[in-house]
Amino acid sequence: MSARTQGRAAPRTGRPGPLWALPGVVFFALFAALPMLLVAYLSFTHWGGLGTPAFAGLDNWTRLAGDPLMHRAVGLSLLLTVASWALQTPISLLLGVWAAGRQRGRAILSAVFFLPLLLSSAAVAIIWRALLDPNFGPPAWLGPALGLGTLDPLGGGGSAFWVIVFVAAWQFIPLHMLLYQGGARQIPATLYQAARMDGAGRLGMFWHITLPQLRNTMTTSSVLMVVGSLTYFDTVLIMTDGGPGTDTTIVPYLMFRAGFRSWELGYASAIAFTLVIVATLIALVMVRLTGFGSMRSTREGM
Amino acid sequence: MSVVEERTAVEGRRTAAPRRARGGAPVRYRGVGERPNVLGGLGALVWLVVVALPLYALLVATIQRGENYVPEGPLALPSDPTLGNYATAIDKGLLGFVGNTALVTLAVVALVVVLSATTSYAVVRSRTRVTDAAFRVFLLGLAIPAQAVIIPVYLIIVRLGLYDTLTAIVLPTAAFALPVCVLILVGSMRDISEELYEAMALDGAGPVRTFLQLVVPMSRSGLGTVAVYSALQAWNGFLFPLILTQSADRRVITMGLYEFQGEYRVDVPGLLTAVVVSTVPLFVVYLVARRSLADGLMGVGGR
Repeated sequence: MSARTQGRAAPRTGRPGPLWALPGVVFFALFAALPMLLVAYLSFTHWGGLGTPAFAGLDNWTRLAGDPLMHRAVGLSLLLTVASWALQTPISLLLGVWAAGRQRGRAILSAVFFLPLLLSSAAVAIIWRALLDPNFGPPAWLGPALGLGTLDPLGGGGSAFWVIVFVAAWQFIPLHMLLYQGGARQIPATLYQAARMDGAGRLGMFWHITLPQLRNTMTTSSVLMVVGSLTYFDTVLIMTDGGPGTDTTIVPYLMFRAGFRSWELGYASAIAFTLVIVATLIALVMVRLTGFGSMRSTREGM
Repeated sequence: MSVVEERTAVEGRRTAAPRRARGGAPVRYRGVGERPNVLGGLGALVWLVVVALPLYALLVATIQRGENYVPEGPLALPSDPTLGNYATAIDKGLLGFVGNTALVTLAVVALVVVLSATTSYAVVRSRTRVTDAAFRVFLLGLAIPAQAVIIPVYLIIVRLGLYDTLTAIVLPTAAFALPVCVLILVGSMRDISEELYEAMALDGAGPVRTFLQLVVPMSRSGLGTVAVYSALQAWNGFLFPLILTQSADRRVITMGLYEFQGEYRVDVPGLLTAVVVSTVPLFVVYLVARRSLADGLMGVGGR
């Protein structure tokens, strides 16, 4: 109805009314946007999962501020984010730019590089856990062969955290490589032709054309990496269960443990709300920096 | 001048780019170097080993007998290959988990395709303040991690009486797939030219007909990407099934893997076979829809 009225008013008929967006918006609001508000409320309650959450004032938040486990988890999450970014960005960027070429070999390799994206985090965690098992996996013979004795990468000694960083890279570099490949393909060849006429070498062109042209892609990819690292959960649960000790107890894992193992859902909500705040800030930065919201066709002017 | 032209011509032939500079047509990037990029190629080979070696170990393990796994090592070709692991995996009820996952995935894909298509159409064509605001909400939603809101989602699902049903997995999974899908579809719908909309309007088509006869056919590839992306999300989902279901007969495949890990401690080939079985359906989808998925994901990167 509203669409038809609108059509009569405007010279061009056939514009859809905002009602077209309603089902999607309502659905998204109910299961994603409303929970964001609810988690804030729940962080001020005590709730054991059954019955009604009881208002608790600032209890959870004061406890959170003084919880050494939370301090450690925040530190580990930040370290995971920084380490993941530093490891994944250069590799994805180089692979993506390389794969943007069009030779046949690259297409085949790119297809293989894509495969980890098909695996669930559960599958990735199980594969790497098996490969790193001190009794069955390569560490059993690799350690003695190198004269290092038995290796146990997921055991004590602080290496488990770095295994997580590596597995995250293995899992997600293919995705970011695709983003960079897409970005690199959109760089006009005329730029390179002009640079070549000026006598620029490959390194020069990479530095002065490719990198600056990819800065929006880099923003998108980096934001996704940060969000991904802050919420990396499945793999940690399956590979290390937060351990050994608290070596891999990152924030989302701590939230899961407090909520669904100790059933302190109010306290877990406070942890979760911390994640919501950080994620929302990142989302705002993302919308601003990437120009996603600018409503322009990416093909404009081409 | 002519020397330069000759050089670019030679190079154009060597790199065999499908799109050339001709008559002002857009020239696409086709590799930085003039000579073959040896370093880049070497780096890609190194990454190939990093990616392929675990996948190779995975496949080899599935045809290895449990008792030979330790003595022969995870990287050796089995001396006495067997398909017994697959039979065991099926005996353990893996196909039931696959069935549950397939149901969840179909429902999620249907919901996401319909809702993201109608929403994106409104965002691109309505040009009202309401739809602009809706789009911004979805953009913010891009960064909202499921972990951060799982507790209220649990509360809502329990209050709706949906706890421990497959529907409980479908609804939030679809909701969290929507932002990326709206972004992808808005991208492909913006590229439909104004002239086509005007032609439809001259024909007297309303929004419904325009949507069905112009927008849907023109965004086929975007819709394909959205379908494959949401299928991937649903098939590999872990957190929502973990928190929102508990019965064995509601178990999806990722939950099955998680539980198997506890049971299979010593039978690594059995466990890894379950991993392969869990991925086969997605691999088939990938073989069919590879280009659409890869292009769609690349499109999100933008420049």
